[in-house]
Amino acid sequence: MADVALQPNRVGAAQPARKRSSLQKALKRKSTAAFLMTLPLIILITLLVLYPAFYSLHLATLNKSMQRFVGLGNFEFLFKRDTFWLVVKQSCIFAITAVLFKALIGFIVAHFVHNIPAKGQRKWRGMLLVPWVIPPAMSTLAWLWLFDPSYSAFNYTLSFFGIGPIPWTGDAAWARFSVILVNVWYGAPFFMIMYLASLKSVPDQLYEAAAIDGANWWQRIWYVTLPMMRNIIAITTLFSLIVTFANFDIVRILTAGGPLDHTHIFATWAFRIGIEGSDIPLGASVSLFMVPILAIAAIFILRDVNKRGNEA
Amino acid sequence: MADVALRKVVKRYDDVEAVRGIDLDIADHEFIVLVGPSGCGKSTTLRMIAGLEDISDGDIMIGGDIVNDVPPKDRDIAMVFQNYALYPHMTVAENMSFGLRLKHYPKAEIKARVTEAARLLDITDLIDRKPKQLSGGQRQRVAMGRAIVRNPKVFLFDEPLSNLDAKLRVQMRIEIKKVHQKVRTTTVYVTHDQVEAMTLADRVVVMNKGRIEQIGTPNELYHKPATRFVAGFIGSPAMNFIPCRLEDVGGTLQIRLTDRIAFPLPPARAARYNSLPRTDKLLLGLRPEHLTESHAHLEPGVETFDTVLDVTEPMGMETLVYFGLEGTPVCGRVNPNAGAKDGAPMRLAMDLNNMHLLNEATGAVL
Amino acid sequence: MSSVTIDKAAPTRTVKYGSMSRDRKWALRWSYFFLTLFAIFSLLPPIYMLITSLKSSAEISAATNPWWVFHPTLENYVGLLTSNQFLRFFWNSALVSIFVVTITMLISVPAAFALARMRFWGSATLATGVFLTYLIPDSLLFIPLFKVFALFGDWTGIQLINRWYVLLFIYPTLTVPFCTWIMIGYFASIPKELDEAAIIDGASWFQTLTRIFIPVALPGLIAATIFAFTVSWAQFLYPLVFTTSTDQLVLPVGIITTLIKGDVFNWGQIMTGALLGAAPPLIIYAFLMDYYIAGLTAGATKG
Repeated sequence: MADVALQPNRVGAAQPARKRSSLQKALKRKSTAAFLMTLPLIILITLLVLYPAFYSLHLATLNKSMQRFVGLGNFEFLFKRDTFWLVVKQSCIFAITAVLFKALIGFIVAHFVHNIPAKGQRKWRGMLLVPWVIPPAMSTLAWLWLFDPSYSAFNYTLSFFGIGPIPWTGDAAWARFSVILVNVWYGAPFFMIMYLASLKSVPDQLYEAAAIDGANWWQRIWYVTLPMMRNIIAITTLFSLIVTFANFDIVRILTAGGPLDHTHIFATWAFRIGIEGSDIPLGASVSLFMVPILAIAAIFILRDVNKRGNEA
Repeated sequence: MADVALRKVVKRYDDVEAVRGIDLDIADHEFIVLVGPSGCGKSTTLRMIAGLEDISDGDIMIGGDIVNDVPPKDRDIAMVFQNYALYPHMTVAENMSFGLRLKHYPKAEIKARVTEAARLLDITDLIDRKPKQLSGGQRQRVAMGRAIVRNPKVFLFDEPLSNLDAKLRVQMRIEIKKVHQKVRTTTVYVTHDQVEAMTLADRVVVMNKGRIEQIGTPNELYHKPATRFVAGFIGSPAMNFIPCRLEDVGGTLQIRLTDRIAFPLPPARAARYNSLPRTDKLLLGLRPEHLTESHAHLEPGVETFDTVLDVTEPMGMETLVYFGLEGTPVCGRVNPNAGAKDGAPMRLAMDLNNMHLLNEATGAVL
Repeated sequence: MSSVTIDKAAPTRTVKYGSMSRDRKWALRWSYFFLTLFAIFSLLPPIYMLITSLKSSAEISAATNPWWVFHPTLENYVGLLTSNQFLRFFWNSALVSIFVVTITMLISVPAAFALARMRFWGSATLATGVFLTYLIPDSLLFIPLFKVFALFGDWTGIQLINRWYVLLFIYPTLTVPFCTWIMIGYFASIPKELDEAAIIDGASWFQTLTRIFIPVALPGLIAATIFAFTVSWAQFLYPLVFTTSTDQLVLPVGIITTLIKGDVFNWGQIMTGALLGAAPPLIIYAFLMDYYIAGLTAGATKG
């Protein structure tokens, strides 16, 4: 059988000139096959991600009926509106506060889970990750019901302590708090899981060596745990910053931007203007303002992920 | 079964030449070991024979056919990898039969071949296990079994024993030799371990920096190394290289090691080295076993000298002694009862009948 | 040398052992205490969903203790599960998710294999590009995508907007980059010798993928599948933008747009719907938690 396979090659050996070109052909075949295998991916990314992304740059320069080029007119218009600056401020407050608390809670909970005997960890981890598993649109409905102005289960409970009733979604400050609370509830488990995985990858010998060197509990966290986890903390935080900054579901369902636009963030406001208000160019302009901060976070993530790849 | 030939084979990576023109003829049934330090091109050479790497220049022939552009599957070879490369999701039997199943062999024949190979390697009981359930030595056997069932023209081994512990390595070495004696398939075996090379090979190919330093039987390499590299690489502990020069004293040829130590050469050696220029910087190559404790009745050609030992290493059946000759560290092997002690003076005997003389500049053995 | 270190360490350990174990005991108690608090916080909304879903509208509007069900009833479940509209939402969601998972896997797995194993011109750039695409959020693309599909409809006459299957084109933009990325990681962790052995055994590239890589990277494949399913099932913004007719809606949008009618909130039914909507991901999670977590952590740790 092998002899048969070798037959054509005897001919090839007699013609050394042809042998290189057939090798090139073989190489070409491999890269052609590879290209074909990635082609659907390339088409998808080009047509449905890259093209719309650049198209939105074009859209942002049109007027409402999309028939006239207005240049930077949409941006000028936005800069003059107080609501826009309110949205910018709220997006930043929302994203930074939420990510900070998610990271902090995630870190603490991860340590508690890591502290208990390995046998029980699975069970706790399983329970604590539930908020991340439920579709946010569904769980936010439950929060909406918990925050209900007349039937709030929280206010019912708090009334026994003589507190409230609290206007969870009715008052601007409380509504911001509620939106952040729900986001922290939803996102903290992700941090917890990432930190837990990273905690488990710190070799025990390091802690034993630190303990022998006389490090106390706090010093061990500061000098062993945190440096070992630094990369994962950075990546997780940046990931979460992007997702939180671009969040739509929670604000949309919980407050729909209200009261009086005081909880709108970029995504919800862009939806209100672009889809509900049918001013697609202005909506596109609003969402474009997310690009700089997303790009910065993405660059840092890429750097860290590559660094991680090189270490491994 | 087939012979393998390499003709001026070159491998270039971008601007680095990993293999710089190798000529090698491997006879049918022969067991050839490529040995050398890491980065010497031995694995690249093996992978070119396998077809896993393209060759940049030259020709490779298997069974008389040029296979330069033949894909690995059509070269009729089988390869055993360092980390075994067993398919983790398949049982031992499935691992061994994968290649045959891809070629649509009849089920009965596959079963017969797998059974036969398993019997040969003594892994019949493991046939339904997954690789995860096997020990390192058992995995190694399965990897060999996978090669055997294919009944290929050539076996290729890429450092197959490196992942095993020392004891198992010796055992598997014998195992590999036994299998080769039974199946007689032409074998190319790559290792960095010179002991493995010496014990397994019909002929050893010593490689360094992408070139072949010497090809020969294990004994040839040990007793007649062609270059300083081969002399130093083969044998453990390694051969001593002591700077020296030749001088004529009263009509006899002397070898001078230090200001105080100089010996007349035995007549056979003197005749061989007489034509060398006296000014050349030379190296005396002497294996540790030719540097022993002195005793009463010395043979002709064995000369004695006194030294102070730095360190001694008792090995049980012998004691290794280390000392310096004008800054050059030297190792000798003495009888454990000879009374060698750290820091103690000792009289040693040098067997010049087994000496080598090397040119220090070129590294050639004279 | 090592024996010296052990000798030194041993006595200090025995001296300290008593206090350390007492410390540990307290640390453990505190850990359990706080973990319980966090678990309550985590499980509160789903539990409250369950409580409300078992109440009748009368009991809800009577404003009795919200944390307790006095007259448990399944009327909300019966109501929803016999409503054609709700079943239609569920069916649409299931259809979209299953198709999207299939499309995602058919695109991601071969692409990841090519990117992980068959170096070709631009492959490194493409891998980075895939990762960056994964970072682009839905809220950045929904407006231009909506316009693109509207224009596509105008030019070709094929109206995709307000059809459930338009989501089959859009969801892969969210699932394919991530799944490709983690599959690259899983494939890259397979030792190179394994495909070399397969090549020597006579396998073609395609056979190496289907008979070696896919079975060996099965855990990664399951993790990617779970991810693609959860994302498709939970996606809210795109269906909200692209579908409006009630027979084209998927579950999350359906519940919110049909069960909330003006100011009339039928909370019993809403909570039941939300719980039923959360059930498929929760059930998958309950059975395949380890794969779920592996996929979650793989995004940042592989690569």
